Amino acid sequence: MNSKMTNRIALSVIIACAAAMAAILVSMLGYILVQGVSSISWHFLTTSASPFLAGGGIKDQLWNSFYVLVITMLLTVPIGVCGGIYLAEYAKPGRLTSFIRTCVEVLASLPSIVVGMFGMLVFVNYFGFKYSVFSGALALTVFNLPVIVRVTEDGFHALSRHQKEGGLALGLTHWHTIKTILLPAAFPSILTGIILSAGRVFGESAALLFTAGLSTPDLDFGNWNPASPNSPLNLFRSAETLSVHIWSVNTGGIMPDVQTIANGSAAVLVICVLLFNLFARMLGKVINQKFSGK
Amino acid sequence: MKIGKMVTDAAPASSSRSKLINEKGFFSRLTDRTSESRGKLLIYGSALLMIVAVTAITLFLTVQGLRSFVVDRLNFWTFITGTEWFPDRAENPSFGAFPFIFGSMAVTFLAALIATPIAIGTAIFMAEIAKKWGAKIMQPVIEILVGIPSVVYGLIGLSIIVPFMRQHFGGTGFNLITGAIVVGIMILPTVASIAADSIRAVPDSLRQASYAIGATKWQTIWRVVIPAAGSSLLTAIILGMSRAFGEALAVQMVIGNVGKIPTSILDPSATLTTIITLSMGHTTTGSLLNDALWSLGLILLLISYVFIVIIRFIGKRGEKR
Repeated sequence: MNSKMTNRIALSVIIACAAAMAAILVSMLGYILVQGVSSISWHFLTTSASPFLAGGGIKDQLWNSFYVLVITMLLTVPIGVCGGIYLAEYAKPGRLTSFIRTCVEVLASLPSIVVGMFGMLVFVNYFGFKYSVFSGALALTVFNLPVIVRVTEDGFHALSRHQKEGGLALGLTHWHTIKTILLPAAFPSILTGIILSAGRVFGESAALLFTAGLSTPDLDFGNWNPASPNSPLNLFRSAETLSVHIWSVNTGGIMPDVQTIANGSAAVLVICVLLFNLFARMLGKVINQKFSGK
Repeated sequence: MKIGKMVTDAAPASSSRSKLINEKGFFSRLTDRTSESRGKLLIYGSALLMIVAVTAITLFLTVQGLRSFVVDRLNFWTFITGTEWFPDRAENPSFGAFPFIFGSMAVTFLAALIATPIAIGTAIFMAEIAKKWGAKIMQPVIEILVGIPSVVYGLIGLSIIVPFMRQHFGGTGFNLITGAIVVGIMILPTVASIAADSIRAVPDSLRQASYAIGATKWQTIWRVVIPAAGSSLLTAIILGMSRAFGEALAVQMVIGNVGKIPTSILDPSATLTTIITLSMGHTTTGSLLNDALWSLGLILLLISYVFIVIIRFIGKRGEKR
């Protein structure tokens, strides 16, 4: 067999691999969307889930998913951005820095169920937050921190040195330079990363199983007092999110329309994640155009 | 009296001088919005929190995971190698975790076996053969797919792959290979995207040199590009494996959850993550089963650390070369 023949065969195999990949992924997404979209209706989105009867919706789960996401982001973004600034600006090469880098790496690659178990042990039992929105958000914070740290560090590294030197030359302190010059300049790329990570948090389930719980109290959407037990804003009530709902319906659901509910929820979940992605991409493009003036 | 007056006279003068030198006291250093100290406190605090998180996770899981050996006096060796998991048996309950460890390993390796060729092939396609097409269409699509939640993959396995397996291979359709296929598909985009990045990082001069001496495209890829990207390609695969190893819910939905060592890939099986997901919810804290589950969690954590160490090792070796 001559080399040209080998070349041709090998390249076709590679193209076949890529085609297989594309086929798998496209058919998968297509299946979820086609199967699911037909079961999404206004009724499905605005009714509470019913434990036994057909016709239950996902109103509470959808709300919980967004609520946990918002709380997680409120906790993660400040800590993560500050951690990223440390690694990008303050870290001097040495043992401590490499240790912190290792910690970020370890946090990023821990299985999410381990994070969930830790959350159960510490937030749910030890601090006594019970299965609650807050416990779930704390667990997801552990899970999401390394992503934000990395995004921030990359954002800072991508800036030109002149901006920092300009600030320091004007006599500003290092921190003031970071706050008023570097952070605003790095903001677009950090924001894009944050939105992308929001999609990941939105779909996370294993970490929430033991921290946010598998049930939701009857939520009263007319009651916005965060202290009352059935208020949607209450931080210390259990909260089943959309992705946990998909799992629990499939493993233990006894309503007759399990398949419809699961498909509809999955479609809603996937559409939300897609929207996060598209939004982040569009934002990145718009900001990039604004800055480069093209 | 005179001395006292001198002291009171001297005090404001010295304090105003110290103000000129130091500019601000300790308190206002922390309240001033632009002060360096306040910023540093914030930054160093956040960095410290990262260390605290990792230490706390390791420490708490270790302490809780060792309870079954220290408090409940299970034998560590029989726990690891035992093959009988009957925690609910009234007399002589037995805790053998080997089926779960084996199941996790089997799912991980089978998933890697399924995902690697397709993912690496796709990466080569994107980075070498159809660069424009790859960067414009494949890359964004794959990046979006990385973000698809794992439960969705589980649901797809449940509604497509399980019925398919049932029809063509008999049984219930819930088995080891179904779990491996679901996880394999799940890690495809991750592996492909990292692998493509590492292939793109190979400098073009190597390729040009290869073409210049008359090599074909495939010879260039096989003899030059892949060896040059070698260690980062391996990192991509191992990262995918560590993700497959830690995946819980998607596997749990399709693997069948039988705590026995499977005799073939068509047998239902269970993994460390699936048994924890299934049983943790309905055990009471401090019971023997609960402690045993925490020990399984500890094993999970330790094996994740092994993956991290392997990735670091490969990365270091790649840097040296």
